[in-house]
Amino acid sequence: MKQFLQGFKDGSAIGIGYLSVSFTFGLAAVSSGLCWWEALLVSMMNLTSAGQFAGITIMAAAGSYIEMAISQFVINLRYALMSISLLQKVDREFHMGHKLLLGFANTDEIFAVAMSRQGEVSSQYFAGLAVLPYLGWTFGTLAGAVCGNILPQNVSDALGLAIYGMFIAIIVPAMKKDNHILKITLLAVGISVALYYLPGLQKISSGFAVIICAVAASAVGAVCFPVEDQTEEEV
Amino acid sequence: MKTGVYWSYLLVMFFVTYLIRVVPFVVFRKKIENKYIRSFLAYIPYTVLGAMTFPAVFYATGSLVTSTVGVAAALVAAYRGKGLFTVAICASFAALLAGML
Repeated sequence: MKQFLQGFKDGSAIGIGYLSVSFTFGLAAVSSGLCWWEALLVSMMNLTSAGQFAGITIMAAAGSYIEMAISQFVINLRYALMSISLLQKVDREFHMGHKLLLGFANTDEIFAVAMSRQGEVSSQYFAGLAVLPYLGWTFGTLAGAVCGNILPQNVSDALGLAIYGMFIAIIVPAMKKDNHILKITLLAVGISVALYYLPGLQKISSGFAVIICAVAASAVGAVCFPVEDQTEEEV
Repeated sequence: MKTGVYWSYLLVMFFVTYLIRVVPFVVFRKKIENKYIRSFLAYIPYTVLGAMTFPAVFYATGSLVTSTVGVAAALVAAYRGKGLFTVAICASFAALLAGML
């Protein structure tokens, strides 16, 4: 119980952060055509920002299920790596049932906090850590979805930028700090712009375009600028 | 969108996202040592977000002018190291103001 409460406390900052991020997801989801409970369920069942955003884009464009599956796979592939890292860190009492349930909550931020903890991570601690982020993600989405329906048109149009603003807030500091990330991200953006505007390539749907850009640019990055250090990923 | 179609999309999303997190958690025993695979995965978040943002962001408000103003505000705020929510609000507020002028 003590461990659970410690985790609960450590998750509070993430929960507050998620409240605001998921608010903009809720706004984006209703403006792309989902109703409030549809947006809410997407958040409750996925708990991931970039994947969900790509998901509602594919829904709005009536993309194929294959496209949906591949986009979620590529965008969320990093979680596989995080789960493997987290596996080294959990204690022996972290049984199969715990893994099946709590593995769902392995987000970028929860992972980062769990990995920064001194010593091993117990299932009680990890469960506590996940509570407030999950609630924040859920209620933020609900609030955003409801507000999206009642705000005036020019305000909700302007708020359409919010989720992109957050993406920019994630990539720009990393690009500023790391020259390799700068080059590879610019490469991905360049490919994305080319796919969008070049005649003949415009037939590629937006979901597949993101997959192509991400895989191609990251592969170039892995070959040209492999990351040498063995420290934990905290992205 | 029909309700049945929505549920199909939702279930595809859920299963892929769930399995990608949980299968490695349950199955793997050791870390990925291959530096190329590690590097590829380390670049993925940035390339995904970069490709999702550009050029789509310029069409996000329905007006190229207000979107561009918003993007510029977001880039400046992000470069100055502001937090996620602050940058998002700066982008939206700048676009809103540009739309009113």
